[in-house]
Amino acid sequence: MSGHSTYVPKSAVAKWFESRLPIIGLVHSSFVAYPTPRNLNYFWTFGAILSFMLVAQIVTGVVLVMHYTPNASLAFTSVEQIMRDVNYGWLLRYLHANGASMFFIAVYIHIFRGLYYGSYKAPREVLWILGVIIFLLMMATAFMGYVLPWGQMSFWGATVITNLFSALPIVGEPIVTWLWGGYSVGNPTLNRFFSLHYLLPFMIAGVVALHIWALHVVGQNNPAGLDVKNLKKDTVPFTPYATIKDFFAVVCFFIFFAWFVFYIPNYLGHADNYIEANPAVTPAHIVPEWYFLPFYAILRAIPDKLAGVLAMFGAIAVLAFLPWLDTSKVRSATYRPLYKQLFWVFVLCCIGLGYLGAKPPEGGYVIAARVLTAYYFLHFLVILPILGLIEKPRPMPGSIAEDVLRKHGGAPVGLASGASAEPHSKG
Amino acid sequence: MKKTTLLIAGFLAAAVATAVPASAAEQAKPPRQSWSFAGPFGTYDRAQLQRGFKVYREVCASCHGLTRVAFRNLSQPGGPEFTEGQVKALAAEYQIQDGPNEAGDMFERPGRPADHFPPPFPNENAARAANGGAYPPDFSLLAKARTYERGFPLFLIDAIPFFEYAEHGVDYIYALLTGYREAPAGTTLQPGQYWNEYMPGHAIAMPPPLSDGQVEYPKDEAGNPVVPETVDQYARDVAAFMMWAAEPHLEARKAMGFKVIIFLIVFAALLYFTKKKIWARAYAEEAHG
Amino acid sequence: MAETATAEPTRRDFLFIATGAVGAVGVAAVAWPFIAQMNPDAATIAAGAPVEVDLEPIAEGQIVKLFWRGKLIFVRHRTPEEIKAAEEVNVASLPDPEADSARVKEGHAQWLVVYGNCTHLGCVPLGHAGAYDGWLCPCHGSVFDTSGRIRQGPAPTNLPIPPYTFVSDTKIQIG
Repeated sequence: MSGHSTYVPKSAVAKWFESRLPIIGLVHSSFVAYPTPRNLNYFWTFGAILSFMLVAQIVTGVVLVMHYTPNASLAFTSVEQIMRDVNYGWLLRYLHANGASMFFIAVYIHIFRGLYYGSYKAPREVLWILGVIIFLLMMATAFMGYVLPWGQMSFWGATVITNLFSALPIVGEPIVTWLWGGYSVGNPTLNRFFSLHYLLPFMIAGVVALHIWALHVVGQNNPAGLDVKNLKKDTVPFTPYATIKDFFAVVCFFIFFAWFVFYIPNYLGHADNYIEANPAVTPAHIVPEWYFLPFYAILRAIPDKLAGVLAMFGAIAVLAFLPWLDTSKVRSATYRPLYKQLFWVFVLCCIGLGYLGAKPPEGGYVIAARVLTAYYFLHFLVILPILGLIEKPRPMPGSIAEDVLRKHGGAPVGLASGASAEPHSKG
Repeated sequence: MKKTTLLIAGFLAAAVATAVPASAAEQAKPPRQSWSFAGPFGTYDRAQLQRGFKVYREVCASCHGLTRVAFRNLSQPGGPEFTEGQVKALAAEYQIQDGPNEAGDMFERPGRPADHFPPPFPNENAARAANGGAYPPDFSLLAKARTYERGFPLFLIDAIPFFEYAEHGVDYIYALLTGYREAPAGTTLQPGQYWNEYMPGHAIAMPPPLSDGQVEYPKDEAGNPVVPETVDQYARDVAAFMMWAAEPHLEARKAMGFKVIIFLIVFAALLYFTKKKIWARAYAEEAHG
Repeated sequence: MAETATAEPTRRDFLFIATGAVGAVGVAAVAWPFIAQMNPDAATIAAGAPVEVDLEPIAEGQIVKLFWRGKLIFVRHRTPEEIKAAEEVNVASLPDPEADSARVKEGHAQWLVVYGNCTHLGCVPLGHAGAYDGWLCPCHGSVFDTSGRIRQGPAPTNLPIPPYTFVSDTKIQIG
């Protein structure tokens, strides 16, 4: 869809350059002329929000590294110096720490939007799988980043999570020793985590580029889940329509972000991480960051160590198979009465798992976690394949334009040609 | 089908709800205090921080360090704001290890504002040896390193603007300092342990540190202390001081946050109207064309 | 919904300009902390406070190296011959004309306090070396006299004097 650029260089210099490196044309076709379905709602702004968050995390991260020392005996102190002495250091660190959480809030909304509107279905399977890979990279990055301040939660979180690999038969112990670079989590571990924490965001950026490429090949899904039939009637050009909407959404998201950074900066963190790492004392409750809690609950729900680890990774891996597990031809939950309800049950199931992941693994909590874990997998492996076969979809509008017409109560729709060329937006 | 869905949802909810156990050793919740630095416009009470520092110095400092705080911090904006002269004189009262000198020996010299508070013990083992095996934690970060469980749904309300709550640590410290009680009948305490209502597990190795009249507070013209010289007031003041020590840029943070959020709201409003104008075109062209 | 298509271009323009301007202000405001963080932090500034140096142990003819704000400083206890050599030079003939009396504190001509990095490209010159027995920079051959003035070689200026005062006859405060 973005294959043909409508960009025509005007000046001689632009023509000269474009014939040698057609990058302006590429940007123009991808972010200016690119047709976006005109019925997109605000859930479709989270892609832009995530792009901004990735940039924000990289920029604040690069700056924090100018003051941080990746050494087991100095790391905690260097973070405190950032908080106390570096100009605006407290701001940069709180932005980065809370930014990670904001990143995950946005990505979860983005993922659940995809689940609701069937954005993973043909022809968007590769796009979806790239998204799952980004999600995995994000988890790895966030986990390693949390180790860097070298507080108690950093240390014990690193210990617990790296020990997951010891569940593997035979190779488990050597792998863990290899990960640590020693016989326990220590200075070599911190150093390699720091190196990888710096590397992975750039890998994320690379996969994001592929993700956007794949998106622009197949085009965006939309709340009606319909394909674009008539470019003029069904779509609007990305700029200015989608850009201005995305900007608005990004700024709204930043208000939310700013609230956390400036008024409750430690709300999403753990008090224990303000105690320097101590290999001799384990905190009373080892709890990962909130965005890992559902998976942590699944891990602990299974009484067998290896099976627990496999279930946890399986809970993410199953997402990659979703395009083939969901047998329904209809994309949007709007026209799938049963899936719509079961979607919300699944959301509740994930929130429930998150709640249980924060609770100590004892008594009723474990039983509840097992029930929800079972349902989590049931949803993907049983409910979705069967539902597509038995569900009777609701009647769908004939086109995206018709969908817009319905929502706007009979307002005239469709875009006359030429409107896209007006260079109005200066923001 | 709707019934089936509700049934499933109900079942899952019940699984979570019934999971809430009657956990026996629940930690007592520290009562919420009112602090000058709470809320979106909170600022430290300078006089309170200065009193709190006095309590720290005269009571706590013999066992608890303040090593991440430098003397100069005491005069920086947004803190106790002692004068630079006061800080210089204060720093000079401490002996700071420096060196090596030309002969290769470490030596001690009077402190300077740039120096950090020296630790009360050379290392953790020495601290433990001097305190019956218990390690008196450093105060620099304690107000952020301590917390308590708020539980559902309070923890959610704690994030909501104007209901927000970020003072778990100070509330806990204040509660702990005023939470010494007679051990209830039937409790056994190890020698050297005391019963405290708010300490997790209730057994604490620190003897009740404060007593009424222990620290002299500034007097008004009539010669009466401006605030009562009581355990309650001491605890409150030293807890506030610890909050400052842990979060010295709190005032700057909140002041900047107000500006940032106002700016973002204005910007968002402008973007909203711009967006509306632009999108109006998408509908208008058809009508005219 | 149709009325906005052609109407009120000025108001629309004003809205777009206002939004763009506010956005630009926002970007500039965000940029500042990222720039300011590279300035010396509070600890570095505090550590740059003036330092006192006891001159008593420095023997005649000796050069002592010390640091203030991370910069190398030479304190040289000059011999009468060195002082004489420094004072007798024809100032006008120097590449960077400066009288010796302007480079020491009055009444303390035996004490020369200069920054210890060559004004060419920052190497540390060797003491008691070179044609004038002042300093010789090993990197590119700049020669300084016993007053720390450039005499030969690529260095453009004399070794600068850090701010210092005599607290007593045997003690200086640098900074």
